[in-house]
Amino acid sequence: MQSLPLLSLSIWTPIAFGILILLLGRDTNAPAMRWLALVGALVSLLVTVPLITGFDTTSASMQFVERAPWIEPFNIHYHLGIDGISLWFIPLTAFITFITVIAGWQIITERVGLYMASFLILSGLMIGVFCALDGILFYVFFEATLIPMYLIIGIWGGPRRVYAAFKFFLYTLLGSLLMLVALIYLYFQSGGSFNILDWYTVPLSSTAQILLFIAFFFAFAVKIPMWPVHTWLPDAHVEAPTGGSIVLAAIMLKLGGYGFVRFVLPIVPDASHELASVIIALSIIAVIYIGLVAMVQTDMKKLVAYSSIAHMGFVTLGFFLFSDLSVQGGLVQMISHGFVSGAMFMSIGVLYDRMHTRNIADYGGVTGKMPHFAAFAVLFAMANAGLPGTSGFVGEWMVILAAVKSNFWLGLLAASTLVLAAGYTLWMVKRVFFGPVANDHVAALKDIGAREFFVLGLLAAAVLWFGLYPKFFTDPMQASVTQLLQHVAASKLQ
Amino acid sequence: MNWIAIYPEIFLLVMACVIMLADLFVKDADHRLAYGLTLFTMLALVLTSGAYYASGLDLFAMQRMVIVDPMAMLLKLFTTVATGMSLIYARRYALDRGMWGGELFSLSLFALLGQFIMISGNNLLIIYLGLELLSLSLYALVALRRDSALATEAAMKYFVLGALASGFLLYGMSMIYGATGSLDLAVVFKTIAVEPLSRAALVMGVVFIVSGLAFKLGAAPFHMWIPDVYQGAPTAVVLLVGAAPKLAAFAMTIRLLVEGLFPLAMDWQQMLVVLAVLSIVVGNFAAIAQTNLKRMLAYSTIAQIGFMLLGLLSGMINGNGISASVAYSAAMFYLVIYVLTTLGTFGVIMFMAHQGFEAEDIRDFAGLGKSHPWLAGIMTFLMFSLAGLPPFAGFYAKFEVLSVLLATGRVWLVVLAVVLSVVGAYYYLRMVKTMYFDQPTREHRVQASPAAWILMSLNGLAVLALGILPGGLMTLCYQAIANTLH
Repeated sequence: MQSLPLLSLSIWTPIAFGILILLLGRDTNAPAMRWLALVGALVSLLVTVPLITGFDTTSASMQFVERAPWIEPFNIHYHLGIDGISLWFIPLTAFITFITVIAGWQIITERVGLYMASFLILSGLMIGVFCALDGILFYVFFEATLIPMYLIIGIWGGPRRVYAAFKFFLYTLLGSLLMLVALIYLYFQSGGSFNILDWYTVPLSSTAQILLFIAFFFAFAVKIPMWPVHTWLPDAHVEAPTGGSIVLAAIMLKLGGYGFVRFVLPIVPDASHELASVIIALSIIAVIYIGLVAMVQTDMKKLVAYSSIAHMGFVTLGFFLFSDLSVQGGLVQMISHGFVSGAMFMSIGVLYDRMHTRNIADYGGVTGKMPHFAAFAVLFAMANAGLPGTSGFVGEWMVILAAVKSNFWLGLLAASTLVLAAGYTLWMVKRVFFGPVANDHVAALKDIGAREFFVLGLLAAAVLWFGLYPKFFTDPMQASVTQLLQHVAASKLQ
Repeated sequence: MNWIAIYPEIFLLVMACVIMLADLFVKDADHRLAYGLTLFTMLALVLTSGAYYASGLDLFAMQRMVIVDPMAMLLKLFTTVATGMSLIYARRYALDRGMWGGELFSLSLFALLGQFIMISGNNLLIIYLGLELLSLSLYALVALRRDSALATEAAMKYFVLGALASGFLLYGMSMIYGATGSLDLAVVFKTIAVEPLSRAALVMGVVFIVSGLAFKLGAAPFHMWIPDVYQGAPTAVVLLVGAAPKLAAFAMTIRLLVEGLFPLAMDWQQMLVVLAVLSIVVGNFAAIAQTNLKRMLAYSTIAQIGFMLLGLLSGMINGNGISASVAYSAAMFYLVIYVLTTLGTFGVIMFMAHQGFEAEDIRDFAGLGKSHPWLAGIMTFLMFSLAGLPPFAGFYAKFEVLSVLLATGRVWLVVLAVVLSVVGAYYYLRMVKTMYFDQPTREHRVQASPAAWILMSLNGLAVLALGILPGGLMTLCYQAIANTLH
């Protein structure tokens, strides 16, 4: 069908640009490095476009498959491919990277080359996670993403950056190492294959499934993150530079969610059914309890970080309701959250660059001084609260519908998010943007320039497009989700 | 007589003597002649080992006292490369400290000869002699800086504990000899496998041999000498002690435990479990508390050796040794990667040192990422590799060991190893943090010869390249072990 290895190009283009910038970057040539990074991010984004246009929406099987032997003693392959589940994450990652490069344009003045290179390499690695069909290839990409993010938080972060970087790294490392054990176990169980698709059909005993579930759960629940293993996220978000927060919220959390659908549901379906109630309970706690926690935050970044956890609770809730609607809702929620959380952190970054504080109490009446910016920020806040017409509404609505269908009270609890999210987001908007001008610093604020306008405009377009015409995004998912649910419904016990 | 089998050893012996004499009589600046001859010797040895390996030579010599098999040739190749790299890295460092000269070269070559004999020994006594030649050369090397009180103390400690370990080993060997009536490893193997012998004597012998080996490898609870020697000895010598000899000790372990005492595997595997767990726990937790980089790396060595032992103890499942080759080659791969990484880390420490200053404190590396991005980048590669993160070689080393271990069904050991890896990751990450997140406390002066720079860059890139394409080396290790064990 196609002659170019498009997936490989999507992965390696940003990495190649990143390495180039790493080699060329000096303290003296920062402007050139910024432009090179921008070109790299743009090329990387364009490379992903043929994936969307060439994607066969009727097929549930893997597309754009590339497969070559890699580490032969262990039968490990360089095996790539995407289906409707993974499709959207690849352009999303490239898009968000493009945004972060522009977002860090003026703010980052120290070690610019290393900063840009870290983001580009990180982007390639994350795309690799979404394309990998070989367990070890997946793991390599999954864990390698920690290294650039560790540097991003640690070098350009806030005052407690070292603590946050270590917490982020070690927390996720522990989870993923347990997953490595699970992968090796599956390798032996499947008679010597690291092919993820082979694992979908390997029979597994009930105990084995439960243990595998726990191992995978650790890896992905920490990453996504679920209550109660979420505590690294607020720290990481608060300390990370704006670009780091955007990528962390928009893409990195999705690696965990993606792991659930790619590994947990189809590989250990019986354990998933058995333990679904636990996951659903944890998800509901995340939605309600973390929603309440978000309400009382005084730091804007922390508030959005907690709101991310609450939104991710919706994702896991959707996945473990096992219906077409709910799983698709979870996926939609992930992609929408990619745009919305990216936009939220971008907006906070805009304010922080001017005021050097994220404290809500330091703001008030920003609208009067920054009307253009306020328009964007309020739109994103509405999306975060799940207002119909924005992307935030679509996924939540689908999951709530599915939840009501399975159990009315569950649906009611899940729907409480609409109230809570509106509560914490709009209350923040009220305190920051409306009311009288709080102090002289706010009075001195200047509205956004062309660069910020462009970035926020792009994000706003994405949020609205997704909200008004979700079919464009959900159509390619349909077939794959249906097939996934067939895997989930088929028992692997013998 | 198959003289061809021991040509490399004879050549090495002659050259060691020649270099010693040449350095006495030819007075040239910086001992260029002796250095050149040493490098020439190593190059010749690398080429012959490579040629022997490629020809698939597999024979006995000297009345079956010496064996030449693929594993031996491969390990000889690696030890020679490691010794050569140690000397090239050490040049500026040793010159500044007045250690550069005939003693350093000839002692290194004698140590290398000892390693060759250990690797090729097929007889309990020959192995022991090789070990003693290696150890005595190393004691002298550690004490090479006579004016340094720390180095002298380290040498003393090393000597006393090393002698004790050799005693253990020799005592164990004598028990095995008493029980089986032979020093030839193949005969020992057959005798134990076929005839019912006094188990008590055999098991006692195994206990002593394993303890002796643990001393030499540096596994807890026989690890006490490692931190002191690593910290006290001049860094150039730490490389000679900590890199190549580990490969020889591995060969000795395979010869003694597998080729000689495999029928007792169920017994020594239990001992290795204890050693491995203790090493990983002690090494990782003690390393966290260190502020001296050399000492931290010493404890990290203990932990890494513990991990390697996990591979070594996975060779037999429920009494059958079918997968033994896979397990031992995993251990070998682990060790080769470890040695490659260690060469780099101590090399970097020497690069950072200059006249009158040892870059030993972790804080001495603060801000290196800004002032010397390439060197800091290499060190970062090495640290992430030691921590076992992809895409660096150390990940596949850990991956291979974990997979053979999981195949034996010892799930709790796997989980323990994994959890302690996270503890280990902490102090490697701290090193990266110091280099990139901290402000420099002093100006960095990096000193190294151009050759050392090129080699160091290759070393760092090799850790990355082997992390991206580890298959070749894995296969090499596997074939070497499989052909040796048949």
